[in-house]
Amino acid sequence: MLDADILHLPQTRRLTNRKATYLCALGAAIFLVVVIVAGQIVTGLAMQTDFLQKNLPPSIQHPFGTDWMGRDMFARTLAGLSLSIVVGLGAAMMSSVIALVLGLIAALGGRRADAVVSWMIDLMMGIPHIVLLILISCALGGGFVGVMVGVAFTHWASLTRVVRAEVMQCKNSDFVSASLRLGRSKAYIALKHMLAHVAPQFLVGLILMFPHAILHEAAITFLGFGIPPEQPALGIILSESMGFLSTGMWWLAVFPGIALIVCVLLFDLVGSSVRKLIDPASSQE
Amino acid sequence: MALGIVPKYIIGQIIRFVLLMFAVSVVAFALVSLSPIDPLQANIGQASLAGMTEEKRAVLAAYWNSDADPISRYLGWACALIQGDMGTSLRFNAPVAQVIGVRALNSLALMAIAWLFSGIIGVVLGVLSGVMRGSLLDRCIKVYCFVLAASPTFWVALLLLIVFSVQLGWFPIGFSQPVGVSSAQVSFTDALHHMALPAITLSLVGVANVTLHTREKTIDVMNSPYIAFAIARGQSRREAVIHHGLRNLVLPAITIQFAQIAEIFGGSVLVEQVFSYPGLGQAAVSAGLGGDAALLAGIAVVSAALVFAGNMVANILYRVIDPRMRKEASYA
Repeated sequence: MLDADILHLPQTRRLTNRKATYLCALGAAIFLVVVIVAGQIVTGLAMQTDFLQKNLPPSIQHPFGTDWMGRDMFARTLAGLSLSIVVGLGAAMMSSVIALVLGLIAALGGRRADAVVSWMIDLMMGIPHIVLLILISCALGGGFVGVMVGVAFTHWASLTRVVRAEVMQCKNSDFVSASLRLGRSKAYIALKHMLAHVAPQFLVGLILMFPHAILHEAAITFLGFGIPPEQPALGIILSESMGFLSTGMWWLAVFPGIALIVCVLLFDLVGSSVRKLIDPASSQE
Repeated sequence: MALGIVPKYIIGQIIRFVLLMFAVSVVAFALVSLSPIDPLQANIGQASLAGMTEEKRAVLAAYWNSDADPISRYLGWACALIQGDMGTSLRFNAPVAQVIGVRALNSLALMAIAWLFSGIIGVVLGVLSGVMRGSLLDRCIKVYCFVLAASPTFWVALLLLIVFSVQLGWFPIGFSQPVGVSSAQVSFTDALHHMALPAITLSLVGVANVTLHTREKTIDVMNSPYIAFAIARGQSRREAVIHHGLRNLVLPAITIQFAQIAEIFGGSVLVEQVFSYPGLGQAAVSAGLGGDAALLAGIAVVSAALVFAGNMVANILYRVIDPRMRKEASYA
């Protein structure tokens, strides 16, 4: 065989770093979707009481044990995760819309608008989120709407900064001024250049916002302001478990908490993987 | 020359603080007035309100000024607030300022300890893992930080409660003093014993952020020419880090730690709830659940003041400590 032929041989299949990152993100995303769907399916089971089976420690039939009403904690955890994730996702989406609008205003509205938005960001970073969440939940009378709006209104600050910086950078870039000189309309520039430049960063920011939103949703529900107590939300499950800790029923708190942490870490993994993939500098890492 | 710059900068910071506080008071007042809490019903109770004639209600509404327009009500509240009168807490049946004063003392002690410890531990862990980048220790510290950043504060508190209070019995399961003892007889060690577990929880949770930032900075510093020079001159890595690296690492850590006050406050609300610790956070929760509008608004304003003051101190301190910042300011 000639040496030249070796160069033309098909490359041996191997798992490149890029592929590994891609698979990681995909696997985590699929797992999260499965959790959400499965949680919705078992919601009925999670509310079902069976007083013959109450206060059982973890076993094969009930991997996470049962609570004082004989409800299966595994089903409750799944349903709770699903509910918490859905509420968190909804709130984060709302928040991202706020961030997009404010970021655009700051970047394109001139110096004064920029100053106002920056000041609002400062304000938002200053008030402790939990206190603001309590205030908003109270103002809206609690419940789903209260949590959603509360989380949405407390999480936009960092993403607004991202949008603002990206649009600013894009606005002052050479390719935009070249495009303008070439006679492209503003709408064309906004759609073809700006959107392509900002969208990936925005997406990453949105995904990385999910874990925060979910954690804050759980926290505010735990304090008693959020999702109504008859729903199997994670915050509710954990705050109910507090009443039984001193009797040694540790499984009520430990497993749901670990499940929540795993989901939050998976969201983080998806977000940072997507960030790696779309950034050419680190896409092979 | 530098002296002329610094006071001007401080005045700017103070103006900013006042403006932010004004905005917070408006937001807090607006949200509390939006809430479905009916001022008349909250003040006299549902039963007596139902048994009252319309005239009587109107007289009471006029007495508390609750039928006035929001702006004049806000002005009344804000003027009283500036004079230190925050109204009366219905839930605790005491002036709001007094309730907050007592509670803030508990909370501040807790938060100060957590703030200090999480800062110190965070810097130490961050420097260690940055210097030994890629080692087993580094990986352990990183995993610890990521997991901690992903865990809900109240769950960590629950976990520590299960292990140390319920199973091992080392710490009490709640409150700030022993049950059934009059507060005059509570000794300092008792108070400390009750505060220990909440403070440990808050410190553990607060560590993640500082550690990760310090780690990044340490890696930067270790790759810098002056560390390379120090090592080339014959200093060991440890000496180089201690003599040359540390002062560059502590500054950003201080900034982060001051910016972290809001986080620690938020954490303390949750931790106080788990440990039934009578602090500001627990008062905010019971005010919110119990419809105590005056107390809720008061706590919102006080907590924001705390955070903004922390940030302001950080900004000023940064200039005092770091000569480069002063120079930049004088050129700008």
